Amino acid sequence: MAEITLEKVVKKYGALGVVHGIDLTIAHQEFVVLVGPSGCGKSTTLRMIAGLEDITGGLVRIGGQVVNDLPPRKRNISMVFQNYALYPHMNVRDNLGFGLKIAGQSPAEITRRVAEAADILGLAPLLDRTPAELSGGQRQRVAMGRAIVRNPDAFLFDEPLSNLDAKLRGQMRAEIKKLHQKVKTTVVYVTHDQVEAMTLADRIVVMRDGQIEQVGTPMEVFNHPVSTFVATFIGSPPMNLLPGTIAGQTVRLADGTEVPVPDRLKDFVHDGMAVQLGIRPDDISPVGHGLSQDGPGAEVALTVDLAEPLGMESLIYTRLAGQEVQAKLYGPRIAAPGEVLTFRLALDRAHLFDAATGKSVRVR
Amino acid sequence: MTVTVESRASKQAKKVALWLTTFVLMLVMCLPGLWVVLSAFRPNREILAKPPVWIPEEITLDNFGKIFGFGAEQVGIPVGSYFTNSLVIALTSTVIALIIGVAGGYSFARYRFRFKGGIFLGLMLFRAVPGIALSMPVFMMWSRLGLVDTKMGLIIVYVSLNVPFTIWLIDGFFRQIPQALSEAAQVDGCTRWQAFWKIEFPLAKSGIAAAGVFAFLTSWNEFALASQLTRSTDSKTLPVGLLDFTAQFTIDWAGMCALAVVIIIPALILTFIVQKHLIAGLTFGGVKG
Repeated sequence: MAEITLEKVVKKYGALGVVHGIDLTIAHQEFVVLVGPSGCGKSTTLRMIAGLEDITGGLVRIGGQVVNDLPPRKRNISMVFQNYALYPHMNVRDNLGFGLKIAGQSPAEITRRVAEAADILGLAPLLDRTPAELSGGQRQRVAMGRAIVRNPDAFLFDEPLSNLDAKLRGQMRAEIKKLHQKVKTTVVYVTHDQVEAMTLADRIVVMRDGQIEQVGTPMEVFNHPVSTFVATFIGSPPMNLLPGTIAGQTVRLADGTEVPVPDRLKDFVHDGMAVQLGIRPDDISPVGHGLSQDGPGAEVALTVDLAEPLGMESLIYTRLAGQEVQAKLYGPRIAAPGEVLTFRLALDRAHLFDAATGKSVRVR
Repeated sequence: MTVTVESRASKQAKKVALWLTTFVLMLVMCLPGLWVVLSAFRPNREILAKPPVWIPEEITLDNFGKIFGFGAEQVGIPVGSYFTNSLVIALTSTVIALIIGVAGGYSFARYRFRFKGGIFLGLMLFRAVPGIALSMPVFMMWSRLGLVDTKMGLIIVYVSLNVPFTIWLIDGFFRQIPQALSEAAQVDGCTRWQAFWKIEFPLAKSGIAAAGVFAFLTSWNEFALASQLTRSTDSKTLPVGLLDFTAQFTIDWAGMCALAVVIIIPALILTFIVQKHLIAGLTFGGVKG
C-alpha cells in the first residue's frame, strides 16, 4: 500500500514562498497529474515528495509513514526526470541495474529483474548500448525501465515528455498509460501540458501560484472548472470568456447582446451581478455543423474573420459582443473570411464565473 | 572569368603568406628548444664553436653520462637528489591541489553559500598576482617557521599556486554534469557521497586529469620561487639545479642542456598521455559562463 498524503505542505526559498500549504491525498495505485503553468510549484511539490527538496512546513506521508526527514533513497520511490538523467558512462543494462546493485542485490537477481524490465519496455536489443547511442524515445524508455526495475511504492514523473517531438510524445504518452496498467503503482506525474493531464490522469490537480486550484477527474475538471483559470487552462483551444451583467433571466454582454442564463445556473446568480460567460469553442458552431443540436441554445449571426481548416473540422475566429472568440465548425466544409453564418451557442454547456473573483458562480 | 581567376590567385597568395608567417613564428618559438635538445647531445666545444655548428658533427651521450654519474667524466651535481625532490614535491603538491580542487570545484558548482561569488573572484584574483611578488614575504614567513629549504615549504607554496586554477577548471566540469544525474542516483538508493563517487566523479574524470597535469607541470617547471626557497639537496628541484652548471668563470652548457632535456621529457610524456583530456578540459572550462 502506498498512499501519498500531503498535509499543509509549504516550500519557501528564504522569504520567497513557492508552495503555500497544499493538501492532497493520492490513493494507492492512483495516477495523479499535477498540471499548471511554469512557476506554479508543481515540480517543487514533486521534488518534495521525492526528497530532493527540503520541506519548509507541513507533512508528507508515503504509505502512512512521515518522510519529511528521510533522504530520497529511504522513500522507496523512483523518478523519471525531464532530461532522462541516464548515467552517460554506463550502458543500458548497468543503468537499469544500478539501483539494484546499490541495494546489494545478487548479480543473478539483478540480471533477472533487468531482463524483466527490459522485456516490458522492449529494451532487450539495446542493453549493451550507451545512452549516447539511443534516440530520444529510447532514452525515455530506459529512464522508465530504471524506475520500474526497483519495484518502488510510487513513480514520480517530472515532465518526462517535454523533450520529445510531438509524434513521439503521443507514442510515449500511450506507453506510460499502458505501463501503469501493467505495473499497478501509485504515480505522481507533473506536466504543463493539459493534453497529457487529460489523457493520463485518474485525477488532475490543477495548480496555480503554489496553490491547488482544483482537484478532480479529467472530465470533472473539463466540465466543471471552478475558475476562469482552470477553464482557460484545461481544454484546447481555450474556453472563450465574455464579460457581461446578469439582467433578470439573461446575461447582457458588453455590446448589449442578451443570452439566456443556462437553467442549471439560474439559482447561483442575482440581478446586476457582473459575470463572465464561459463557452468552449466546441459549443459555438454554425447551425448544422456543431456537436449537439438539441438542448437550450441561442442563435446569433456572426462574421467569419479567419478560418483554420483542420480536415474534419475548422477553427473559426469571429467576433461576439465586440470580442474575438474561437468557434468550431465540424464537417469538411470550408468557411471563407467575411462569410456570415448563423452560429448556435450550446448554452447547456456554458459556464458563468463571478467577474470579481474569477470563480465559478457554482462555488461559494 | 578573370575576376574569379584573380581572386583565386589572391586567395592562394594569402594562404602562402599565412603559412610563411606561421612557419617563421614557429621557428622563432621552437629554435631555442631545438638548440637545447641538440646541445644536449654534443660536446661543449661544438656548442661554443664560432661560427655555430648547426648540424652536429658528432652525437654523444657523454653529457647524460656526466650528469647521471656514469661514463668517464663526472660533474659534482647531485642530479639524482634533485630529480627525487622534483618528483616528490610536484606529485605531492599536485595530489593535494587536486583534492582541494575537487572539493572546492564541486562546492562552487553545486552548493549555494554566503559570499560564494566573492570567494570565487578572490581565488581568481589571487592567480593574477605574480608569484615572485610574494616571494619576499613568503621567504620571511618560511624562515620563521623553519620551512625554508624543506620539501614541505615548497609543497605548500605550489599547492596555493595551483588551487585557484584547479578549482576553476574542475568547477567548470562539474557544472557541465546535470544535477539530475546525482538526484537520480540518490533516488536510486545512493547517499550523496555514493552519488558523487559513482556518478559525478567518473564523469568529471577528464577535467580532473587535465587540472592535475596543469598543476604537475606548474610545480615541475617552477623556478623563481624554488630558487628563493631552496638551498641544498634537501629540497632543490631540477630547474634550480640547472644553475649548478654555472661556475664563477665557466658555464657547462652541455651538462645544462642535458639536464634540461631530462626535465622536459616527463612533462612531454605526461602531456601526450592526457592530450585529449587536456583539450576537452580547456574547452570545457572555456565555455562556462
